[in-house]
Amino acid sequence: MNKTRRAVLQSSSGFSVMALAAANGLFTSNAFAQAAAAAGKPVAEWNKAAFDTKSLQATATALGGGTAVESRDIIISAPDIAEDGRVVPLNVTSKLAKTEAIAILVEKNPNALAANFAIPEGTEPFVKTAVKMGQSSNIHALVKADGKYYFATREVKVTLGGCGG
Amino acid sequence: MAYPMKIRASMMGDKVVVKALITHDMETGLAKDSSGKTIPAWFIQQLIGSHNGKTIFNAQFGPSVSKNPSLEFRFSGGKVGEKVKLTWIDNKGETRSDEKEIA
Repeated sequence: MNKTRRAVLQSSSGFSVMALAAANGLFTSNAFAQAAAAAGKPVAEWNKAAFDTKSLQATATALGGGTAVESRDIIISAPDIAEDGRVVPLNVTSKLAKTEAIAILVEKNPNALAANFAIPEGTEPFVKTAVKMGQSSNIHALVKADGKYYFATREVKVTLGGCGG
Repeated sequence: MAYPMKIRASMMGDKVVVKALITHDMETGLAKDSSGKTIPAWFIQQLIGSHNGKTIFNAQFGPSVSKNPSLEFRFSGGKVGEKVKLTWIDNKGETRSDEKEIA
């Protein structure tokens, strides 16, 4: 392979990428706000207070709810034993009427709240994603339905931690 | 650098199943590099899904979401050939939008 050519290609593409990134940096946040506005919804602030919480009830409070009540109508599907804590696949289904939001919490992670999904009308109260787990822990699904908060818990054992250990 | 998302949108009965794979490091801010320095937090904070100008999905992520996050959700009211659009923004203000036709 022609090494000089490759080097030139790499450096030039590297340069254009940098230039693009710099150009993008100026209006990236705006682009997101525009996309959000185009979707008919102003961009909400990232809920820092909620993501800083350390426990289930504290998260429920930070999200604007009172005490969460345990419910059998929330189903968490996750492996009993996760080999790799960096990627623990899971999904949450809520059978509660008027489900408005589903939050996923990992109890023993440095910050409990992993993700909070708003479920607009017309979208199924179901979400599937993957989270990191530092160690074996309870996973909570916190569901907002008809203005009230409910939760379900499931324990997941982790063989290899995934929080920078 | 924001890489494209892999999106799949397909009909399942009368519902649309949206699956997405996002390329993002999702650094927690707790991990250390080989020289022992803490790698600063860098993660997607919000993700919005829209269809025909309507928000169908709105997620807030913390650093506990896995690297290269995967996502699946379902909504009703979509038809074959219409587009689903996903947009995310991370804590450095970087953002990325991708669209996919419903198949």
